[in-house]
Amino acid sequence: MATSTPSARTDGQPPPTPDGSTGKGGAGRGATAGQSRRNILHRLDVRAVPYAFIAPFFLIFGAFGLYPLIYTFWISMHRVELSTMDMMEWRGLANFTELIDDERFWNALTNTFTIGVISTVPQLLMALVLAHLLNYRLRGSTFFRVAVLTPYATSIAAAALVFTMLFERDFGMINWGLSFFGIENVDWENQKWPAQFAISAIVIWRWTGYNALLYLAAMQAIPRDLYEAAAIDGASRWQQFRQVTIPGISATIVFTIVLSTIGATQLFGEPLIFGQGPNGISGGADNQYQTLGLLLYEEGWKNYQMGRAATIAWAMFLILVLVFVLQRVAARVKAGRPARAAKVTKKTKSTPSATS
Amino acid sequence: MTIDTAPVRADARDGAPEAPATSGRRRTRLALRPGAGRQHHAGPLAYLLLGLAALVSLFPLYWTVVAASTDNTRVSQTPPPFLPGPNLLKNLGIAWQDAAMGKAMINSLIVAGAIALSTVFFATLAGFAFAKLRFRGRNLLLLLVIGTMMVPPQLGVVPLFMMMADLGWGQTLPSVIFPTLVSAVGVFFMRQYLKEALPDELIEAGRLDGAHSLRIFWSIVLPIARPPMAVLFMITFVHAWNDFFWPFIALDMTNPTVPVALTQLSAGYVRDQSVIMAGALLGTLPLLAMFIVFGRQIVGGIMQGAVKG
Repeated sequence: MATSTPSARTDGQPPPTPDGSTGKGGAGRGATAGQSRRNILHRLDVRAVPYAFIAPFFLIFGAFGLYPLIYTFWISMHRVELSTMDMMEWRGLANFTELIDDERFWNALTNTFTIGVISTVPQLLMALVLAHLLNYRLRGSTFFRVAVLTPYATSIAAAALVFTMLFERDFGMINWGLSFFGIENVDWENQKWPAQFAISAIVIWRWTGYNALLYLAAMQAIPRDLYEAAAIDGASRWQQFRQVTIPGISATIVFTIVLSTIGATQLFGEPLIFGQGPNGISGGADNQYQTLGLLLYEEGWKNYQMGRAATIAWAMFLILVLVFVLQRVAARVKAGRPARAAKVTKKTKSTPSATS
Repeated sequence: MTIDTAPVRADARDGAPEAPATSGRRRTRLALRPGAGRQHHAGPLAYLLLGLAALVSLFPLYWTVVAASTDNTRVSQTPPPFLPGPNLLKNLGIAWQDAAMGKAMINSLIVAGAIALSTVFFATLAGFAFAKLRFRGRNLLLLLVIGTMMVPPQLGVVPLFMMMADLGWGQTLPSVIFPTLVSAVGVFFMRQYLKEALPDELIEAGRLDGAHSLRIFWSIVLPIARPPMAVLFMITFVHAWNDFFWPFIALDMTNPTVPVALTQLSAGYVRDQSVIMAGALLGTLPLLAMFIVFGRQIVGGIMQGAVKG
């Protein structure tokens, strides 16, 4: 542990002026006193400046990221009402025990899980296929890449509004399309599984192209001679895909699973808008698609119970931790070797500058 | 353009076609090198599937335009309309006025712009320090940065809300801007780039000339880091523009960002479906414009380093 570090200058970041010279004259002071002073300044510069450069990140994250997270735990042991937020009444773990006995919590938890699975699994599978297709030599490859990434640039709210209309019961385009197959009007909003499927469709639409590009980047980093060797060994295209491509991008696959899991746990905007109004916050008339995020909001800002909302936030955090632990254990069991941390695999390309 | 004149035979034993591996491959774009990796040519089926994927990706946007340009009765007819109608400008005007979309757009521009600027600046500072400066505890601190990526910011909303109330920032834009002024992903992204792109000799030369670190940062690092800074700016902007959970809690309808105003639209505030679609279109337009102009760079940036806020 390196602890004996000189404390960073915490007087904020130095102002980014082009001539940010802080009174250190350049050359031209022959005096020895000046020399030694410059030496000290130089030493200070080399020693302290790196900490000053990284300090803003840690200060801001500490204030608005870490501190709220820890404070959430403190709040979750109190009764705090939205209207009187400065009055905190100690409850110990009562919020947690009540939450565990609360049917709505388990409902929201299972909904979050099922919507998460319905949206993540097809999304990543389709992204894999899409990346494989984009990896061919194509005419217009840039067009296809930009096109499939466009949904990612669509506002969640806008996408949810459009899909809500497409999934409308009486005049939505999806039901109109299904009517050609003899399927009568599906009530997407009021039935549990159709509603969850529709919400998942929004998520899938927005993120498939993005994940495909991540896979594509990883695929392009696979050395070509591996494929050539496999081809010489008589491996079919499919076998090459299974034996060369998939192992080659496995780190990226793990990474996307982690990101999608975090995303799925936090799902909020899509179901909220899908419910069109008061139904949105409760996740449908029967809470049939209420996610943990919606329940958190409902407890805190509709029922004014901030302590309970904080408890749900902590439950979400614990769930995420649990998922990661399970994932690591599964990886270890499967591979029979120490699991590696899911890190962003970065290719080291000589990066050409973007043409303006 | 490099045109492969090598005839590609449809071999039964499809080994690699003899495309020259590195014959003047274009290397002018950020991570867009069609033909890197496997060099099989796409068959008709691949084009068909890709065309389908592009269609599915773009159709909802097209249909937003269609719905925003008709009127309420036409939108809810069967079969639904597939061609734009005459009312686009009228509906956009109504959405801009009645649904507070005008104010929301300006607010979102301020919020996303401020967040993107500060994220890029701090990420470049910290990324440079982690990539090129030597200091004690560097690796540990970098690990800490990466560790923070795993903490979803939404989990702190309850105390954040209280903090903002204490600061007197309730329902104001600073309450949305401050929590996301920095991004761990951004720091990591800049570090990876600068490690590769910034030669140590340049920094040494600067030191020998007697430049102090800030001066080196300003005169040497910033010019070199411009391309990834632009990409990071755009991607951060997209994320900040679309951020939903915290703004929805922190802001009310008198002072909304775009997503917050759009929830209002859907919540029965406006009954006219085509006006709702006009609002959705407005809310996405700035991002789409950015995408049409810089789509290639954004794609390149995402492929460079997984950037997800």
